[in-house]
Formats: sequence, C-alpha cells, structure tokens
Amino acid sequence: MRLPALVILLALAATPACGPVFAQGGSVNVYNWSDYIAEDQLKAFEKDSGIKVNYTTYDSNEILDAKLRTGRSGYDVVVPTASPFFVRQLAASLYLPLDKAKLKNWNNLDPEILAALGKYDPGNAHAIPWMWGTTGIGYNVAAIRKRMPDAPVDSLRMIFDPAVVSKFKDCGVMMLDSATDVLPAALKYLGLDPDSKKTEDLAKAADVVKAVRPFIRKFHSSEYINALAGGNICLAFGFSGDVFQARDRAAKAKDKQEIAYAIPKEGSLLWIDVAAIPKDAPNPANALRFLDFLLEPKVAAASSELTGYANGNKAALALMPKEISENPLIYPPADVRAKFYTITAGTADQTRERTRLWTTVKTGR
Amino acid sequence: MKAVIALPFLWLGVFFLLPFALVLAIALGINAPDSVPPVELGFSLKNFVLLFTDDLYLAAWLTSLRIAATSTAVTLLLGYPMAYAIARAAPECRPLLLMLVVLPFWTSFLIRVYAWMGLLDENGLLNQFLRWSGIAADPAPILGTEWAILLGIVYAYLPFMVLPLYATLEKLDAGLLEAAADLGARPITAFLTITLPLSLPGIVAGCLLVFIPAVGEFVIPDLLGGTETLMIGKVLWDEFFTNADWPLASAIAICLLVLLVGPIALFQRQQARSLERRS
Repeated sequence: MRLPALVILLALAATPACGPVFAQGGSVNVYNWSDYIAEDQLKAFEKDSGIKVNYTTYDSNEILDAKLRTGRSGYDVVVPTASPFFVRQLAASLYLPLDKAKLKNWNNLDPEILAALGKYDPGNAHAIPWMWGTTGIGYNVAAIRKRMPDAPVDSLRMIFDPAVVSKFKDCGVMMLDSATDVLPAALKYLGLDPDSKKTEDLAKAADVVKAVRPFIRKFHSSEYINALAGGNICLAFGFSGDVFQARDRAAKAKDKQEIAYAIPKEGSLLWIDVAAIPKDAPNPANALRFLDFLLEPKVAAASSELTGYANGNKAALALMPKEISENPLIYPPADVRAKFYTITAGTADQTRERTRLWTTVKTGR
Repeated sequence: MKAVIALPFLWLGVFFLLPFALVLAIALGINAPDSVPPVELGFSLKNFVLLFTDDLYLAAWLTSLRIAATSTAVTLLLGYPMAYAIARAAPECRPLLLMLVVLPFWTSFLIRVYAWMGLLDENGLLNQFLRWSGIAADPAPILGTEWAILLGIVYAYLPFMVLPLYATLEKLDAGLLEAAADLGARPITAFLTITLPLSLPGIVAGCLLVFIPAVGEFVIPDLLGGTETLMIGKVLWDEFFTNADWPLASAIAICLLVLLVGPIALFQRQQARSLERRS
C-alpha cells in the first residue's frame, strides 16, 4: 500500500497538475489508493446513478498531499490517511463539510471508529472512515523461534528492547521510516502519552530508538514488505495490511516462509483512511452520492474482501466471510481495541522539530 | 535566421529561468501550512538562514559531494578505457559497441535499480554465489551500505561518461600518435602528452554529466543505500513532503543550484579559455 518515495517523485513528475479526465455533467472524479475498492461495485454505482466515475489511483499520501496543496486538483473524492495527512489538510481548509442529510447510509458506520476519527475531525464533519488497521510487529516465525524461543512477539519490547532486538540483528530488522508512527510507539513503550508533543518526552522516545538503532538494518516505509516476504529480514515494525501482503506473498513463494503479525499488547496506533471531498471539487453533489455509495454495507464488505483490511462500516460485518470478520488481527477483540491510540497533528514547528529529531535518530546527526 | 537563434533562448527562458524564478519566489516566502498553496510570498531570508545554522544541511551536502565525486572518479576510470577501446576498434564494429553501451537505457531506470536490489541483498544472487563458492560462508549484505550507492551510481551513469569520451577520442588524429612514436616517444608518454590532453574536453563533459545529477540523486540512495547515508536529495524530500515546508525545500533547491552550477560554470569558462589559448 505504501510505495517507495521515488515512485512518488516519478509519479509527480509524470503528472504535473493534470488531474483526471474532466467530463462535464454526470461524472465524479475519484482519486483513491490502488486496489482499494471492489471494481464491480464501481460499475454497479455507474449503472444505478448514471454518474460516470473517473477513477484514478495513487500509491502514497504524499502525492495526494502535494496535489491538494497546489490547489485545483480537480478531484471530487479523495482517500487520505487520517493522521498526519488528512488532519493537516483539514487545518488548511482543503475539505468541504459533509451534508449528512444527503448521506442516507451514515448510520451504518461504526461508532467506535467514528469516535476515534472525531479526534481529528470534530463531529465527523468532513470525512467518512473507509479502511482501518493497526501498526505492529511483522515477523518470520521460524527465524524468530530459532533465535529466541520465548520472544515477546506481541510486545513493543520486540522492537524497542535492545536485549531482544539484538538477537535478531543477524537475520535483519526493519522499521518504518516515519516519525509519526515510530516515536508515538516508543512513547507508549515508555508508558508516556503517545500523543505527547513535549520536547523532553520526544527526546526520551528518540533515545529508545537510538538504543536499538545499531540492530536495525534500515528505516523504510515500504521495503519491509518484499524483505519479509523474501526472507531477507525476520522482523519489521510496520502497518498491518503491509505485513499481511508480505505473509500472502511468502506463502506463495516456493520455500514457503511463515510470516506472522502481532498487535503490540501495550497498544497500537490506529490508522484510518478516510474519504472526503476537496473544497474545490468540480462535482460536489456527485461526490456526496459517491460517499453515500461507499457507506453501503455491500460495497464496504466487497472492498474488505479485496484488501484484507477492516472497514469502518458496522453493517458490513455480517456480509463478510468469517476469515475476515472474525480474524482477531483484522477485527481485534474489544480489549485490544480499547488500547488503540491516535495522535494529533501539532503545529508546523512541532512537525519540523519531530522530523529533525527523527533525522538525528536515523543518522546519528 | 534570428528565429533559429532565438529558439534555444526561448527554451531556456520557458523551461529553466521561469521555473527557477518561481522556485526563488517560493524560497523567499514564508511557510504557511494552512493556505493553498502553502506559501506566503514575501522577501524573507529566514529559510536561507536556517540552512546555514543547522549543520544537518551542510552535512548532507558534503556527503552528497563526497559520494558524487567518488562515483565520478570511478566512472571515469572505467569509462575511459571503454571509450578508448571503442574509438580504436574497427570502424564497422563501433556502432555495435556503442549500441551495447546505450542498450541498458532500453529498460526502465527504476527496474534496473530494483534488479540491483535483487543482486545485492542478503539472499541475493551475489551472496548466494559467495556462499556456494565458499569464498565467504556468511557474507555481509552489501545492500544498504554506501558501497551499494556507489555501485548503483557508477552503473547508472557509466554511459554518460563513455559517450562524450568516445566523441572526443574518435576525432583524435591517429597521425599524431604515429608521429610521436616515430620521434621515439613510448606509448605511455604519447598517451600522457597527446591523447590525454586532447581528450580533456570529453573528460570534462563526461565528469559534469555524471557529477551534477549524482549530487542530487535520490532514487539510488533511497533504494540501495542505508539509513545512515544522508544525502541532500533525501533532506529536500523530507522538507517538501514530510514537513510540507515548500519555502525551505525551495531554498535547498536554490542553494543546490547556486553552489553546484556556479563553480561549474566558472570552471567550464576557464576550460574554454585555455582551449582557445592553446589553439
């Protein structure tokens, strides 16, 4: 789901400010993650509503962010990740408020996810939740067992305790290259508020990561998918969906490595991808109709079957196969969900300070 | 006739000076994350001051220069004999040899870098070979080190070194070398006093073609390098995308251009003058 930064650059270079095809009248320009909606459902929407869907995809929040910030993106519906992207874009007034009277299916949404999202978007005024997941530990079962039979795979100790991580240096450890994902987890590991913006707290979190840095092969936000699947690393701190991808790919490979995912018992950063309407959307009325279509249980259910992620639609649960709706790694039980946390965006200066701190952690400068 | 002369200048104006002016205008503005686009235009040197007060930027810049200089030197050492051999090959062989140099461009640059990842990683072909042959029982991964970055840059830019070198070496009058031999110069002396100085324009052109893009290289360090190697391209990326600070990112781009192109332009002028003097 997240591609290397360079692909983003190439994509940006290849499509400078030229949005989707603009069809006047009955159309809606949707800009979504690739493989993030069931295609047959899109066709059904076109047939039912008579609205043509100009569907384009991206592979990174950064591309979307840059396009929205440039202005006049031409999109009617976009699907950013709530934090830190959507919340930052919301602060820049990039989105239209939703006319909920026109969203007949609103009540299908899961109140728990809405409440979590409400932290970024008070009153859920601007966005609907689409897919969500956790941030946790992906590992190669055999390689971990061989080196540490009693490894605490479901604990943040697995990635932040030098005594544990050092055991896996030889088989390879990767961590997300993202200050907004790793530092909150380190704060959680220390028992501090994961959303803390205090300089002294962040410095402590940075020290935690610095202590394990010698054992980490690389900080990168997408390479771990291939690396885990190919047996080049044995441990990664990453996004649930990405680890599932690695697991499925590894299971198909000829030497069949077993990759597993664990949600840290201390708590996991909840990520939510949301659907929203940019302020300068050319077809806002059609955009609302499209959002209402996304709120239909069968659409969310079919898309979860495609992606393997949980969706924010409570009514969709009954329509999904049990392998998804009863999978505790996709839809964790209440006690695990109770420990989910989210983080707020903070000011531009705080962002800069955090990014700078992260660079220091990674490079020792 | 005038139109023909004006065309390159028009091109330069539209595709270089105009974008440059825009970037400069943004660099002199102030970061305004809550507006679209996220810039408040003005005349502030704040961004440039920050670049020179935080040693991160200088350190990244120096790393980039070091890696670019090393890889340019290696590319030259590899490229010169190749170009020389092609220029001295039988005329009917030359097109084929040249085509072989250009052949990698037929595949996407990105795919070729990904291929290197497959060769160099822990269980990659190289390590498999080392284990199989018994040269190293437990070879260290090359992927994620500065060596991998150097390898990637040298591989990717080698054709840019070979082609200009070939162009100058091919025009070299073989009679000069014969004359040198007749007058008793040994091949090495003839090479150092005749071939090398005469191929200097090709060396300069090739080195610039490799060095300039290598300094700002982002793709190769991101994919092949590790986290420790901080290059200016990555810093620029962080400012633009992670911090969404367009003015500071623009200031870095301006500094990159001024600090790189300025000295190079001066150097080239010097070169041109010395060539004129010689002829």
